[in-house]
Amino acid sequence: MSVMEKFKRAFFTENPVTVMLLGLCPTLAVTSSAENGIGMGLATTFVLVMSNLVISIFKNVIPARVRIPSFIVVIATFVTIVDMGLQATLYDLHKTLGLFIPLIVVNCLILGRAEAFASKNTIGQSLLDGVANGLGFTFALFILGGIREILGSGAFLGMPIIPGDWRTILLFVLAPGAFITLGFMLVGMNKISERLEGTKS
Amino acid sequence: MNEIFLLIVGAIFVNNVVFTKFLGICPYMGVSRKLDTALGMSMAVVFVMTLAGSITYIIQKYVLIPLDITYLQTIAFILVIASLVQFVEIVMKKVAPALFKALGIFLPLITTNCAILGVAILATQKLDTFVYAVIFSFASALGFGLALVIFSGIREALENREVPKVFAGSPIALIIAGILAMAFMGFSGMVK
Repeated sequence: MSVMEKFKRAFFTENPVTVMLLGLCPTLAVTSSAENGIGMGLATTFVLVMSNLVISIFKNVIPARVRIPSFIVVIATFVTIVDMGLQATLYDLHKTLGLFIPLIVVNCLILGRAEAFASKNTIGQSLLDGVANGLGFTFALFILGGIREILGSGAFLGMPIIPGDWRTILLFVLAPGAFITLGFMLVGMNKISERLEGTKS
Repeated sequence: MNEIFLLIVGAIFVNNVVFTKFLGICPYMGVSRKLDTALGMSMAVVFVMTLAGSITYIIQKYVLIPLDITYLQTIAFILVIASLVQFVEIVMKKVAPALFKALGIFLPLITTNCAILGVAILATQKLDTFVYAVIFSFASALGFGLALVIFSGIREALENREVPKVFAGSPIALIIAGILAMAFMGFSGMVK
C-alpha cells in the first residue's frame, strides 16, 4: 500500500475516531479546545508509533499466548515516559489532560494497532502505520476541539474570533457538548460519504 | 456517616463516571444496544471495579509509596487489573458457573474499560482511607451501571423509530448520550 493511500485511509475512510469509534474517552474528555485536542493527539501518536516500533521488532520473540499482556507492558512503558516528559516540559498541558495521560494505556486504538498490524508486519510498515493512524486520531481531535472551542468559548487556538459582545454557547465546552458535537460530526461524515457514493454511481 | 453518604451520591450522580468524567465510553457505546447485555455488563463492572479499586489502593499505599516507585503506577495498575480479570474469570468458572455464564463474555472486555483504571487512579489521588476507596469504587461502578442501563433502555425504544439515514446508528446514540449528560448536569452542585 502506498504512503498516500495509507494516510488517506487513516484520515478519512478508516479514521480511528469518526469511523471506527476507537478511543472515545480521551476524544470526548479533552477536546474542550483545539489545543488540548492536538496535545492529546500527539501524545497518543508518540505512544502508538513507539509501541508499534517495539512490537514489530520483537514480534517473533513474543510468545503468542502472552502477547496481550506483553503489548500492554510495552504500551504502559511509553505512556509513563510521555507522562513524565510532559510533566517536565509542558506542565500546563499535563495538568489539563490530567487523568487521561495514564489512560492512554487503555486506548483501544493503540492495542488494536499492535494486535492487528504491528505484530504481523515489518518494522517500516508498522512505523508508517503508527504515524498515519496517530495523525488521523490527532486530526479528528483537532477538528472536534476546534468546533467546540469556537462555539463554546468563541476562540480558536486561544485567539478570540467572535466579537466580545456576542454570546457563546457554553454548553459546547461542557460534557453534553462533547457528545453532541461528535454526534453531528459523524452525521456530517455520513452525509459527505453519501454524496461521494452518489457521484460515483 | 454523612460523609460516606455524600461520597456515594457524589460518585453515582454528581460526578457520574460516564457523563462528567468521560470514562468507559467504549463499552458504554458498544454494549448498550440491548437491556440484557447492559445489565450483564453493569454487574460485571460493579464486581471488578470494586475489587480492582480495593486492590490497587492497597498496592499504591503499601508497595508503591513505601518503595518510592509511584512512577510505576500506570504499569502496576494495568497489570493488576488485567490479571485480576483473568483470576476472577477462573474462580467464577469454578465457584459460580451460573454467574460465569451470565457475566462471562463481558469479563475480557473489562480489561480495556478505562473506567476501571481511571477510578482506581482517582481513588488513590483523592481519598485517604481504604474504606473510602472501596466505597468510592463501588459507587462509581453503580453510576456507570445506571448510565448504561438508562441508555440501553432508550436505545431499545429507538429501534422501532424512524431515524433519518445519516443519523442512524452511532450519531443518534451520541446525541442521546449528550442529552442524558445534560440531564445529569442537573445534579451538579449538589455535592462538592
